[in-house]
Amino acid sequence: MFSGASNFVEGVDIAFVLILGISAFFLIGLTALMLYFTWKYNKKRNPVATQIHGNNTLEVVWTVIPTILVLVMFWYGYKGWKPMMTPPDDAMEVTAVARMWSWSFEYQNGKTSTTLKLPVDEPVKLNLKAVDVIHSLFIPAFRVKQDMVPNKPDNFMWFTPQKAGIYDLFCTEYCGIRHSYMYTDVEVMSREDFDTWYNDSTDMLLLADTNADPAVVAAMMGKQLVENKGCIACHSLDGSKLVGPSFQGIYGKSETVVTNGKERGITVDDEYIRHSILKPNDDIVKGYASGQMQSYEGQLNNEEIDKIIAFLKTLGN
Amino acid sequence: MPENTHGHPEPSYLEYQGKHKGLKAWIFSTDHKRIGLLYLYTILTFFGIGLLIGLLMKLELIAPGQTIMGPDTYNRFFTLHGVIMIFVVVIPGLPAVFGNFVMPIQIGAPDVAFPRLNLLSWWIYILGILLVLSSLLTGGGAPDTGWTFYAPYSFETGTNMLPAVLGAFTLGFSSILTGLNFIVTIHRMRAPGMSWFKMPLFPWALYGTGWIQLLATPVVGITLLMIVAERTLGIGFFDPDLGGDPILYQHLFWIYSHPAVYIMILPAMGAISEILPAFARKTIFGYRAIVISTLMIAFVGYFVWGHHMFTSGMSGTALYTFSLLTFIVAIPSAIKVFNWISTLHKASINVQTPFYWAISFIFVFMVGGLTGLILGSLATDVHVHDTAFVVGHFHYIVFGGTGFAFLGAMHYWFPKIYGRMYNARRANLGWLIFFIGFNALYSPMFYLGVAGMARRYYDYLPEFHSGNIISSIGAYVMATGLVIIVVNLILGARRGEKAEANPWGGKTLEWSVPSPPPLENFEKIPVVTREPYDYSA
Ligand code: HEC
Ligand SMILES: [Cu+2]
Ligand SMILES: [Cu+2]
Repeated sequence: MFSGASNFVEGVDIAFVLILGISAFFLIGLTALMLYFTWKYNKKRNPVATQIHGNNTLEVVWTVIPTILVLVMFWYGYKGWKPMMTPPDDAMEVTAVARMWSWSFEYQNGKTSTTLKLPVDEPVKLNLKAVDVIHSLFIPAFRVKQDMVPNKPDNFMWFTPQKAGIYDLFCTEYCGIRHSYMYTDVEVMSREDFDTWYNDSTDMLLLADTNADPAVVAAMMGKQLVENKGCIACHSLDGSKLVGPSFQGIYGKSETVVTNGKERGITVDDEYIRHSILKPNDDIVKGYASGQMQSYEGQLNNEEIDKIIAFLKTLGN
Repeated sequence: MPENTHGHPEPSYLEYQGKHKGLKAWIFSTDHKRIGLLYLYTILTFFGIGLLIGLLMKLELIAPGQTIMGPDTYNRFFTLHGVIMIFVVVIPGLPAVFGNFVMPIQIGAPDVAFPRLNLLSWWIYILGILLVLSSLLTGGGAPDTGWTFYAPYSFETGTNMLPAVLGAFTLGFSSILTGLNFIVTIHRMRAPGMSWFKMPLFPWALYGTGWIQLLATPVVGITLLMIVAERTLGIGFFDPDLGGDPILYQHLFWIYSHPAVYIMILPAMGAISEILPAFARKTIFGYRAIVISTLMIAFVGYFVWGHHMFTSGMSGTALYTFSLLTFIVAIPSAIKVFNWISTLHKASINVQTPFYWAISFIFVFMVGGLTGLILGSLATDVHVHDTAFVVGHFHYIVFGGTGFAFLGAMHYWFPKIYGRMYNARRANLGWLIFFIGFNALYSPMFYLGVAGMARRYYDYLPEFHSGNIISSIGAYVMATGLVIIVVNLILGARRGEKAEANPWGGKTLEWSVPSPPPLENFEKIPVVTREPYDYSA
């Protein structure tokens, strides 16, 4: 509590402490009173009860006092929450993309990352984008949470991280099989460290390097796409079975798929992979569920898919 | 035993022979008492199933990583656990069992207003259960959406969502009919002399509940029709791919499901208001204040559904209005607690099993209610929404509140229902173990939620391990207590000592008829002259 990890921690924690304090007072006080009465007015100690029908003054008192208390609690809850609604104009904008079941963060210069990297003490506005179902972005240390609703305009949250460090970021809206694995890190760092990362363009240099093998370059970029577009939430690279088949040794593999309810044998080639990415539910690999993988139509263009294919080719057995 | 006009002792409702025999004499009986027991046995069966699923989930969560099942099974389990516990067990719960069994006797009536409709409600209830269960065996298997069926996930999952929602609606329909029946019964069939303010508090609670059932449940039906239209005709209501709004679904869902919480808790409060005076040997403190707060809760309870959606992106004005109303609805509940505790002041308390259940109800209800304040306040709700904190909170209210009241009511009216007594020592032991296990099971969830563990988690980070271990162990302690309680009750019903008409010295009318009561309850409809909890003589 009161860690000061973000600008909202104080307002939220004050409301917490206030409500907890009042609650603890009533819980302990009333429980003690109840036990005391049970002991004191046990029929052995008090064989004859006094019939009391009520007391209007008391009724008024215990209506008015709780009313005042709840209004006070409401007010502090309101005060701690109000600033969450209005981001400052100079906030850095980052697009947070949630998909079953991974996160990626897109920065204004086109840089993409699977962890949320932020400079300390600078307000950030996250534009929230859910591509498939509702997710919810929750950073407990910062006391912020916002649902991410597909197609919802103006879906955002903002905060100012105030302490460098690494924090958990979770998905709190149930979103399917791997909901509980849909988490990543927030890395809050100094402005210099952030700039170093932000302006690092090793990939660009490699692309510009005319001596580099184009296949290697494509595969490298394909690897990044597979990470940033969340494929590895469902497809492992090491042969283990997640929600979807592993990518290890996938290229050139012969397998059975179910198409329109009929089984048929196929060999994984460029065309098949392209089709699997754009129309994932046409051919269902035997032993896997349909409806899990969503189409990447509109999210990956042809060149990007070529790069992914180049990368998949490098994953031998 | 009372003699009927021919001089023979009248047979009890358990022995009475109608035109059917055996099982048929039960499933086609229109006697409110037999129908109450039909509900009791159905509810207990499904409570057992829901509990078993819950115990398996707790075993899975005892350590990080996979323990006994995969994520797919786990997700279907928590959906089934929720659907069964909410729609099949807790919503019918007290009204269907004790409302049916004792309410007509408490108001001095021979039966409910529409006995056949009452039987029909039970059959519709069974149909609803079958529909829910059919989702298990057909299509893609049991749904994995959570009991809230949130769009658009519920449309994208390959599992069988529609029969489960259809089942939920059918169960709701059964609940509308019961509500209607009770409202009419209470309006028209009170014994001569029983004015509204001479009516016991349990019927009052059922009356408030009846109105909620009647007015809120149709919303589920509308939602279901919209889902069907969307799925079959492609009209976009909720699915963003069709241009619909998933948030609209959440509104409709909670417009029903929040008042449903009051369907669960009001009758529980009513039962506690019966038990306390009977064992305090004293009239209830603030009868009218309790009645008014019941009606207040039933009314304001309609307007607070938005507090389930503080982080889903509603407008700011809507958010703080819902927050304010949520705080307001806490006041009548607090008033009840104050009046209950005051009832014990200067009483002469006969501490028996039902009394233990009643005071432990007040404790767990306070924990549930006070943690609700954290969820009602905007700033703190943003942090704990959709975390284990919420799971702890509503189990304290729904299982703590309704469950403790149900078990209290069971131990209170047991001699009336079966005409026999249970073993009191064993019953108290069961209660103690249950109470300890319950708190160990649910209180760590408050900590886990504040620490950041989301709900509906199949797996968790190591930092959440300690809280989960305590919670899982608590679950098994609680289950042990429950086994003792249930076995003790079964033994009592089979071969307990014969119970008198009024073993606790209660003053409401059900204690004036034999245990178990005869078919028509009263030999002669009583004339009421006194207030319900008149312990002065
Ligand atoms: C939500 C989980 C999920 C995500 C995310 C996902 N997939 Fe899939 N994928 C599946 C499942 C399940 C299958 C098997 C069923 C099927 O064939 O549709 C599959 C099948 C495939 C196949 C066919 C595999 C084979 O052995 O025939 C390819 C290729 C593929 N996915 C590529 C991708 C790529 C590339 C991405 C990222 C751009 C991706 N997937 C993201 C779940 C996912
Ligand atoms: Cu998610
Ligand atoms: Cu999720």
